[in-house]
Amino acid sequence: MTTPDEREELELVRALRQGEEAAFRALVDRYHASMVRLAMSFVSTRATAEEVTQEAWVGVLRGLDRFEGRSSLRTWIFRILTNTAKTRAMREGRQVPFSSLADPEDGPAVDPSRFQGPESRWAHHWAAPPTRWETVPDASILAGELRNRIDEAIAALPPMQRQVITLRDIDGWGSEEVCNVLELSETNQRVLLHRARSKVRTALEAYFAEGEPRA
Amino acid sequence: MLRKLTCRELVELVTDYFEGRLPRGERRRFERHLAGCDACSIYLEQMRQTIELSGALRTDDVSPVAAAALLEAFREWRVASR
Repeated sequence: MTTPDEREELELVRALRQGEEAAFRALVDRYHASMVRLAMSFVSTRATAEEVTQEAWVGVLRGLDRFEGRSSLRTWIFRILTNTAKTRAMREGRQVPFSSLADPEDGPAVDPSRFQGPESRWAHHWAAPPTRWETVPDASILAGELRNRIDEAIAALPPMQRQVITLRDIDGWGSEEVCNVLELSETNQRVLLHRARSKVRTALEAYFAEGEPRA
Repeated sequence: MLRKLTCRELVELVTDYFEGRLPRGERRRFERHLAGCDACSIYLEQMRQTIELSGALRTDDVSPVAAAALLEAFREWRVASR
């Protein structure tokens, strides 16, 4: 059985192989921006990420005859992108971390000083609890300063955490496809996602605290 | 009866909880803690908001320069593959 999505993809691939420009435009509109964003976690500048993505698209076109539909078209395209980006990163002299490697600098999700010490009656419960964020704008109209802060918080993450949160939370992919594209085990993917989200939450907490009057 | 979860433990389990990866007993401990802890409920809500706000960074814009370069690459490929 093929799903409507798969049928649509196969139709796109057929049109591409026949050289239909509209099919290529549709695919670029759908994935290019996400590809550049992901590429930025492998290489040092936006310009290089654009180049890498361009190179990946050429790889996609040249490899079309080899696409057999064993993975989704999107997975296949993004695998080409990550391979292209890794090659470029190595040429740039950047370390490409192994997927099993945990970042030794990573601490817990929340600063331990926010919890009561072990001698307390309420050991390991909140000492400085989080307070409700009062002014969270609707995500659909997110703009300006807050948007920049989230962007910066994600850009500051170690590369693999950044890759996972980019695909999972920015692009909204499921965990299985993310594991396939980034060649991660499900558990590692989840650990990376947890660390990434925890750090972005911490950055947001700092942002929302700034808006409050000082005590 | 299992020992109760502490707040410090709970914050490390939030992603596993969202992903539906907590074993049943562990999930029950997690939810029991939440039911009695406002601070952790706020924390959980903040993690949800974090996910949602990250999703707002999504864009589909392709710069005109990139789009033009890609179309050119496509046309070259088409000529070469004929």
